[in-house]
Amino acid sequence: MNQLIISAATAEAANPLVPNPWEMGVVLAGFAVLFFIVVKFVVPMFEKTFAERAEAIEGGIAKAEQAQAEASAALEEYRQQLTEARAEANRIREEARAEGALILAELKEKAASESARITAQAHVQIESERQAAVVALRSEVGTLATTLAGRIVGESLEDDARAARVVDRFLADLETQNAGVAK
Amino acid sequence: MHLPAILPWGAADGFSKQMLLVILSVVIIATFFLLAARKQQLVPGKLQFAGEMAYGFVRNSIAKDIIGGRDFMKYVPLLFSLFFFILVNNIYGAIPVIQLPSFSHVGGAYVLAVIVYITWIGIGIQKNGLRYFKLATVPSGVPVYILPIVIPIEIISNFLVRPVTHSLRLFATMLAGHLIVMIAGSGIEFLVMQENVLLKGTSVLVLAGAIAMYMLEALIMALQAYVFTLLTAIYIEGALHADSH
Repeated sequence: MNQLIISAATAEAANPLVPNPWEMGVVLAGFAVLFFIVVKFVVPMFEKTFAERAEAIEGGIAKAEQAQAEASAALEEYRQQLTEARAEANRIREEARAEGALILAELKEKAASESARITAQAHVQIESERQAAVVALRSEVGTLATTLAGRIVGESLEDDARAARVVDRFLADLETQNAGVAK
Repeated sequence: MHLPAILPWGAADGFSKQMLLVILSVVIIATFFLLAARKQQLVPGKLQFAGEMAYGFVRNSIAKDIIGGRDFMKYVPLLFSLFFFILVNNIYGAIPVIQLPSFSHVGGAYVLAVIVYITWIGIGIQKNGLRYFKLATVPSGVPVYILPIVIPIEIISNFLVRPVTHSLRLFATMLAGHLIVMIAGSGIEFLVMQENVLLKGTSVLVLAGAIAMYMLEALIMALQAYVFTLLTAIYIEGALHADSH
């Protein structure tokens, strides 16, 4: 501090407005170097960063817009697919219903024909059994009648030809009688 | 008003502390901004963010706002260099051990003012040719009979006084601040040495005042860097658009 006061005192004679040429030289050189560095490196580097940042932000906006467009396109496509799927489902359901109805009708028809067939078969069987029964009954009744008549008459009716004739006549009478009754 | 030289030690002339500080300021500024700008990340780190804030302040708040238009980018390097060169050299005055604003020595202020003076006159001539001097000194819309008074005033204020005020404003504020801090320091030292206890006690008042002045000086140091750069931008803008003034 004392030294400062001394130096200030010794410099009292000097006019503060008169510059030291060496100091001017140093300031000029120093500023020139700084200016060179700023022009050559600092400003271009910062400007490049600013430009890149602006570009990144604008690019980001463009990207976002593109993504949005893609998303809405996807949504549109999804909706379309949904509509198609619904139509498809409806179509399949209709088809299934039609098919079901067809199958049902077929089954009904098959059942009806089957029952008809079974009924017809039963009829035929019954008829044939009846026929067989009639034939069996006829011969039985014939034999029985002849045997009975033979016993009553006491005469052998063992002669087949005669016996058959007698039986046939009796049965024919019976049938005409029956027919008369039925009428 | 010169500090003793470093080489040769203590001599009146030679390599002084002020010269060392000027060179140091160039190293500080260049190192800081080269480091800050080096990474060039889109999402800046702390250092890069600080550098971008500082650069953006000069670029946008001074160059773009004052000069405007499309051609402000051309003058950003000059304004940027001026602002931080002056700022760092001024702030030296607020750093305890250094305590010397470089521009409290008038030479540096002259150099910068002359650089700016040559720059804006050069720009004016480049834009408007020699007609620039007429545009700068003859205001339009002034009655003819007043011109003999107005023209000398304009010449003096624009071409003679402007560089002087530009340099002396910076120099004088720095010198005054430097002197006030120095005088306060000496005053405190003097009062503390007194035998009388009451006189000794008054040094506390001086200390309080000195701290207040120190804060004010710190503000002025930053403000003067801004003012010098702002005026440079205004002069350049005036030269660029001389025909519309």
